[in-house]
Formats: sequence, C-alpha cells, structure tokens
Amino acid sequence: MAKNPEHRDLFPGALEIMILQSLRLRPMHGYALVKHIKLVSEDLLQVEEGSLYPALQRMLKQGLLDTEAGISAKGRPTRIYRLTTAGIRHLEREVVSFERMFAGFSLVLAAAKV
Amino acid sequence: MPRFSRFFSRDRRYDDISVSIQEHIDERADELMEEGMSRDEAERTARRAFGNVALLRERSREVWQWQRIESLLMDLKYVFRRLVRSPGFAITVVLTLAIGIGANTAVFSVLNSVLLRPLPYPEPEQLVSLHLDAPGAPGLSEFRSELRLSASMYFTFAAHNQSFQSIGLYGPGTASITGLAQPEQVSTVQISSGVLETLNVPAFTGQWLTGADQDAHGLGRVMLSYGYWQRRFGGDPSIVGRTISVNSQPRVVAGVMPRGFKVVTYDFDLLVPLALDPVKEQLAGFAYRGIARLRPGVPIPQANADAARLLNVWMDSWTNGPGTDPHFYLAWKITPALQPLKEAVVGSIHTVLWVVMGTIGVVMLIACTNVANLLLVRADARQQELAVRSALGADRLRIARELLLESVTLGLLGGAAGVAVAYAGLHLLLAVGPTDLPRLNEISLDGWSIAFTLILSLLSGLFFGAIPVLRYAPSRERVALLGAMRTASVSRERQRGRNLLVMAQMAMALVLLIGAVLMIRTFLAMRNVDPGFSDPRSLQVMRLSIPETLVHDSTTTVHLQNSILDNLAAIPGVASVGFAASVPMSGAEPSWDQILIEGKSYEGADAPMRLYNYVSPGYFHTAGTRLIAGRDFTWAEMYSARPIGIVSESLAIELWGSPRAAIGKRFQEFPRMPWHEVVGVVQDVRENGVDQISPATVYWPSLMGDPSVPEKLEAWRTVYFAIRSNRAGDQTFINEMQRAVWSANSNLPVTAISTMQDLYSESMARTSFTLVMLAIAGVMAFALGILGIYSVISYAVSQRTREIGIRMALGADKGGLVWMFVRSSLVLTGAGTAIGLIAAAAVMQLMRSLLFGISPLDPVTFTAVPVVLTAAACLASYLPARRTAAVNPVEALRAE
Repeated sequence: MAKNPEHRDLFPGALEIMILQSLRLRPMHGYALVKHIKLVSEDLLQVEEGSLYPALQRMLKQGLLDTEAGISAKGRPTRIYRLTTAGIRHLEREVVSFERMFAGFSLVLAAAKV
Repeated sequence: MPRFSRFFSRDRRYDDISVSIQEHIDERADELMEEGMSRDEAERTARRAFGNVALLRERSREVWQWQRIESLLMDLKYVFRRLVRSPGFAITVVLTLAIGIGANTAVFSVLNSVLLRPLPYPEPEQLVSLHLDAPGAPGLSEFRSELRLSASMYFTFAAHNQSFQSIGLYGPGTASITGLAQPEQVSTVQISSGVLETLNVPAFTGQWLTGADQDAHGLGRVMLSYGYWQRRFGGDPSIVGRTISVNSQPRVVAGVMPRGFKVVTYDFDLLVPLALDPVKEQLAGFAYRGIARLRPGVPIPQANADAARLLNVWMDSWTNGPGTDPHFYLAWKITPALQPLKEAVVGSIHTVLWVVMGTIGVVMLIACTNVANLLLVRADARQQELAVRSALGADRLRIARELLLESVTLGLLGGAAGVAVAYAGLHLLLAVGPTDLPRLNEISLDGWSIAFTLILSLLSGLFFGAIPVLRYAPSRERVALLGAMRTASVSRERQRGRNLLVMAQMAMALVLLIGAVLMIRTFLAMRNVDPGFSDPRSLQVMRLSIPETLVHDSTTTVHLQNSILDNLAAIPGVASVGFAASVPMSGAEPSWDQILIEGKSYEGADAPMRLYNYVSPGYFHTAGTRLIAGRDFTWAEMYSARPIGIVSESLAIELWGSPRAAIGKRFQEFPRMPWHEVVGVVQDVRENGVDQISPATVYWPSLMGDPSVPEKLEAWRTVYFAIRSNRAGDQTFINEMQRAVWSANSNLPVTAISTMQDLYSESMARTSFTLVMLAIAGVMAFALGILGIYSVISYAVSQRTREIGIRMALGADKGGLVWMFVRSSLVLTGAGTAIGLIAAAAVMQLMRSLLFGISPLDPVTFTAVPVVLTAAACLASYLPARRTAAVNPVEALRAE
C-alpha cells in the first residue's frame, strides 16, 4: 500500500473523534465516511481503510456506535453506522478535552514565536 | 452487552464486516470506472488501494474475539489438520514419545513411591531407626553392617532417654496357628511396647497391645493384620476378645491393624508382643531392630549424644552373668548412628533407581532429538509454505508459535499415550524388578506421576519444537533466497543442525551401551563366582519350625526332624537330604559370636566375631558344599552331643594355616563350654550373595550342649530342610514333601518353599534388574542413534541428487561418491564417540557400587563398544549412500 507522506498519522484518538463527529451529522456507511472526512478536511486528512474498519468495530464493541443493514448510495447492500447516546456523550467529552489541548498547544506555539 | 449474547451475535458481526468492506471496494471501483478506467483495472486498483483485505477483515474481527485463545484454537485446528494429513509422521512421533514418556513416568512412579513420598505414618520425619555401629567388634562387619539392639538396651533407653517420645524393639518371626483349619504357619512381627506408639497408627478395630502384654511367659494378647483378619476370619468384627491358638498357646486378640500397615518394612499376619523379662535380661542378645520417635525439635546428632550417654548407663546397669565384665563392650566402641527411618527403609536401592531413572531420561533425550530431526526435515519441506505465509503478512512470532504449538501438541499426545504405556510399564517393572524393593506395595501412578508426565510432555515438546523454530521461523532474507533454494544442494549451515543432533545421539547411545555392557560383565562375573553350593536348580529348600510348646524336649525335636528327613529321603527322585539353621542367601537372621582357640591367649585383645550355623549330618553333601578336609558329622555324634564342629576354609586358614592343619584342633564359645574339636573343613559359602564376601563360619551340630549350661541339650528348632532332587520346584513334588512332613507330625506347617535357584536369582535381582533396564535402554538408544545416522544420510542423499548428477556427469567416480557420504557419517560418529567416551568415563564412576569384579573403566568394554557402534554407523550410512551409485545423471538433472 503506497503511503502518502503528506498524510501523517494523527495522534491517538483522532480517528475516533473524526468518525464520531462525522456520524453525528448523519448515519453513514464505511466508504461514505472515508469520502466525507476527505472532503470536509479539504483533502488534508485521509482515513486509511486499514485503520477505519478495526476502529469501527472497536467503537461498536464499546457501544459508541450501532449498525443497521442499509443500502449504499449506489444501491448496494451495506451497513450503516450511527451514533448511540453513549457515543454522543463520549464525543462531547472528547471534544472538550481536545479543545483544551489545542488551546494549550496554541499558547505554547505563540510563546515560541516571541 | 453480556458476553454470551455477544458471542452468539458474532457471526452477524463478521457478516457486517465482510459486507461493509465489500461494498467499500465496489463503490471505489465504481468511482474509478466513472473516471474512465476499465472494470478490471478499476477493481484491481480499488483492491490495491484498500490494502490486504483478508488481514483487515481479520483485524476487524479480532475486536470481537477473546483474541489469544481463539487464534490459538484456530492454530490448533490447523495443527491437527496437518497431522491428520501426514499420519505416518504423526504416528511415528507420538509412538516414540509415548514409549519415551511412558517409560520415564513408570520409573518416576517407582522413584517417587519409594524414595520421595514420605512414609505412611503420622509425622514421619520424627521417626528414626536406632542404628548402632560397633567398629570395635572384630569380624562383625563380615556378616552384619550394624549391631542390633538387645532387650536390656531397650529397657535402659526407654527408661532414661531425653530425646524420644517413644522407643521400641521389633523383629520378624513366624508362628503356627492351630485349631482353625489346617495348621498354618503365619508371619509375625514381634514388638516390644513402644513400637505402636512410635508408629502411631491407630488400630482398625479393638486396641493396641500395651506394656502389660509384654508378658515374660509369652502369654500376652496379639493383634491381627487387616489381611489376615479378612482371609482367616472373613472380617468378623467379633474377633476382638476371642482366643486363638498361637504356637499351641491360647492368646487373646486385642485388635486389628488397618489395611496396608507394616512395621517399618515387615508385612505380617500377626503382631506378637515380645516376651521380655526385665529381671532376667542380660547385656547380650543383640537381636532386635529399634525404632523411636524423636521429641519435636530434637535433631539426630543430639539424640545420638543422648544414646551414647545411655550406653554407659546400660553397661553400668546390666550384666552377662556372674564373673563377666559388663564393661567388656567398651572395646566394641558401640556408637549410635541414628538414621531417619525412611533412609533405613529405602536402604541402598536408591543408587539403582537413580541410575535407571537417569538411563531412561537419556533415552528420552535421544527420542526427543530423533523427533527434532523429523521436525527439521518436515520444516524443511514447509520452508516454501512458511516463506509464502510470511510474505502474506504473517509475522515471525505467529509462525514460531504455530511450529511450537505443533510440537507441544505432539508432546502432549505422546504424553497421553505415555500414561497408558506407563501403566503397563509399571506392571512390567514390578514383575522384573528386584523383589527386595522396599515399599513395593506403595508403588502407584499418583498425582505426582501425572504431573511429571505433563511437565515432561510440555518440556519435550518445547525442546524438540524449539530446534526447528530457531532454524526456520523465516526472516525476510530467507524469502528472498527462496527461489535459489529450490534447486541448490543443502547448505552446510542447514545440514549442521541435524549433524549436531546425530552426534549427541551417538554420544548418549555410547554411554548407555557402555553401562549395559558393564552390567552384563558384572552379571557374568557374579555367575562365575562359586557360591559354595552346587546346581541350585535341583536343590529344594523349605523352612520348618518346631515350637517348644509342641515338642518340649530337645532330643525329641531332633528325632522328629530326623524322621522328617527320612520321610523326605523316601520320596522318589530324592538323592539326599539335610537341614541347617540357615541356607545361603535366604536372608535368615544370622547368629554369631566369638570363638576361643585352644592354646591361644586373648589377653587384651578380643576374639573376632564369627558367623554361626547349625547343621545336620548330610547337609553339606546335599547342598553341594565341598568338604576340603576331614569329614561330616554323624547322627550318633549328634545324639550323644559330642563336642565337635566344622569350620569354613577361610577360617581354618586364618586360625591354623591350612584346612588340613585345622583337623583335630579345638575351640569354644565361652570358657565354660567344653572344647569342640574340628572334624571337618568345608569350602567358603557366599552367605549374603555372590557379590558379598564369604564370612568366616563355624558350623555346630544342630543338637549340642547349651553354651552356658553344657549339661542341658539345645536343639535348633527353626531349620531349613535342603532336598537334592531333579524334581525340585515341581508342584507334585512339593505336595509329596508336605505329606512327608505331616506323616511325621500333622501339626507342622511348612513355609518358605523355594528352590535354591530362586534364592540365588533373588540375591542377584538388583544386578539383573539394573542389567535388564540398562540393556533395554542401551538397545533403544543404539537403535535410535543408528536410525538417526541412517535418516540423516538418507535425507542428505535425496536432497543432493542433483548435485550428485552433476558430479557424475563431470566424471566423478561412483565409489568416491558413496565414500563421501559414509565419510561424513564417520566424522559424526567419531565426534559423538569421543564425547560419549569422556561422558561414559565420568558417568560410570557413579555406577561403581553396582559393579562387581570389573573396573568402571573396563578397557575391553571401552574399546569394543565404540568399535561396534562405529561399524553399525558405517553400515547405516553405507546403505543409503549406495543409492547415489544408482543415480542416473540425466534423470537427476532432468528432475528439476
């Protein structure tokens, strides 16, 4: 699998947050998730399939997600992933802690510029 | 979600994953097609972009699994599938292991039961055997390794010791039981008070014997063994309090001891209290074994010091009669050397058992190396498969784990089959094992044996599995070489592993074979020793006891014995008869004392102890013990109690210079005893077995004046009848013997019926047992080693067919090619032999105590065995190597 060096690995937990945030907008199937994240991040972030599917299963197991049988945009049978209430709570907690972390990050970076 | 419903819904999860992934790839392919790719190209691109579908699916599924166990189960399933597909390999390995592990488990069970398990008494670590050394008693060591205890010692010890909770004396005996059915001779253990308290096993029913039963007139109560109670009284609970007739005396049954209870090493039918009289006991009478229970926290050295102190008290408190010096025994230097009871029970058998265990362990090692070799060949064949799997993303650990799993599975299968082998093996072992093996009835396959099997199986699995893993868990470089390896000859490096294994096998086989050959030479050396009797197969022996309560008078007793002899001699096929107080190797308790020689002064020095035996006229002729000089006793001399005696050859030479010179000389036991004249000298007899020295022996007539009261005649009442007949051992002959005894007196039970050959074989049982075990092990090791050489050369030939073809095409000489392979096996054998010789030289030192008449470094053995081994190895390599000559170069090259 050719790896684009531009697309660096994100920190742990980033993938989960992106998935949860995307699914909060609307339930999606796997391929749609990949495309959604790529589109929204203006091609800056690309989700690797190698991480996506195991991550989805982990979150299913933790009860953050739920699946149901559905039909893809192209009319093929697939599985649609949706957020559970536990997933929403988890997402909110994570977003808060992320924001706090980013705020800290920015402060440190700003201080370095001076 | 609860665990179980998750487990059941897992198939749905797996479906979800597959569907999702499939749709993902399809949708991507659709998009690519919309961008203008062909369907094929689009699908391929989409798949490539997605990555390793199978791996991802696996990773996604793993989230739902108890991962380790399940992938282990998967691997296990795979292992089994592969084993089923190559049944020849699987069966060979499992059988090899089953035999190896089974044999080890069987021997371990014996070792564990005999040596490791505690004795079946409460707090067995407090029990000690009262062993006394008497280095100052001259001559004693010729027939005794210790000084037994006298009753007076027991009284002193019991009354004044500070180290023991309880102490007692015991000794084996026999008694005849009459009034129940046929007169029956039963085995007894005579015990003083204190023995049951020391062993501390409660009665099964009724009560223990007490001090009050220690009646001076021998009328105290008795106890039964569980077995005798069941056998003779059908387990009747009302037995307690009943009276039975023991040696024609009425005795009350006090109780029954529980099943399996033994007095130290002695099984018994009847427990009889010793008839001790504290008023009349003397210093002497060193006849009993002693046991004691230490007070908690008292170490053995402290108890020894206590006993040493008590020995002085003993000499101060008792006497051997008027005019004797009670401190005479100071010269004997009697020293207490208390032993933990278990040590005393187990005795010297531990050397044999450890040697056998070690031997069998080595066979196991050889079997493991053989299996490792097979696994190497198998891994070799799988090299390509493993490389492909590794290329597909299986990591090294995973592959290593699978290889190990296979070997451990084989090990455990072998172990399971091994338990069955062990069960059968244990029965075989007990059948061929020495009959004097202590604790024989305690031997069993128990939890420890099973744990041992399990550990051995796991360890051997890991051991022979680790070798292929270390060599074959493929690295990336190997994958790159894969193409080249398919056609090249085996590299030196790859051959080296197998070579090392074969060398190790040869070395181990050599050690075992040398051990086996040394044992064979020991056995032959023992066979060549003149035991002091002739043709043991045609010599029938039986023991017969005439209790004083049945026939009181000594002379009448001898008349009865004489008429039994006459009856026996009248049986058709009987050549001659006689009796003696003890026959060689029968294990009868020896009697012994000093003799004083006429005209010799013993001022300041003691006369050495001599072994005593009491014989009838005709005994020597019957046993085949040669008269060197002089003549046998006559019946007339017996009945007139003429003071005469016969001495052994070595004693005659020691005392008088030659057998001839001994005739007519005179000796006595005590100064008050009349001088006894030497009328004959007989050859030396190996009383205690052919590997033991012949003790200097004095033979007295079996009817003679009491040594201390010469006017009173004493007869020896328990004697072994010896009957020379070519019908010896035959059951109808034994029945006729029995009738001959009963026609003289119908109240006489006969025991210990055997042929001299049985006693002779029994005395060599340890040697022959060790011999058989070592021979089996040696032959197995030899076969496995030769098989190892054969398979290595054979495999090398098959792997190098192409190379051979090239060599032949280039003009190589066929003989030269064969020699090339034979030479390589010779190098392996040579190196293995060299290592083995050094190891054997060291190991045989440990076996020294088992050898007889041969050096542990016997040059003949150390030369012959390597020569034979090398020759066999040559042959084993020549056979497969010869096939090279049959290689057709064209075929060989075309084969690829």
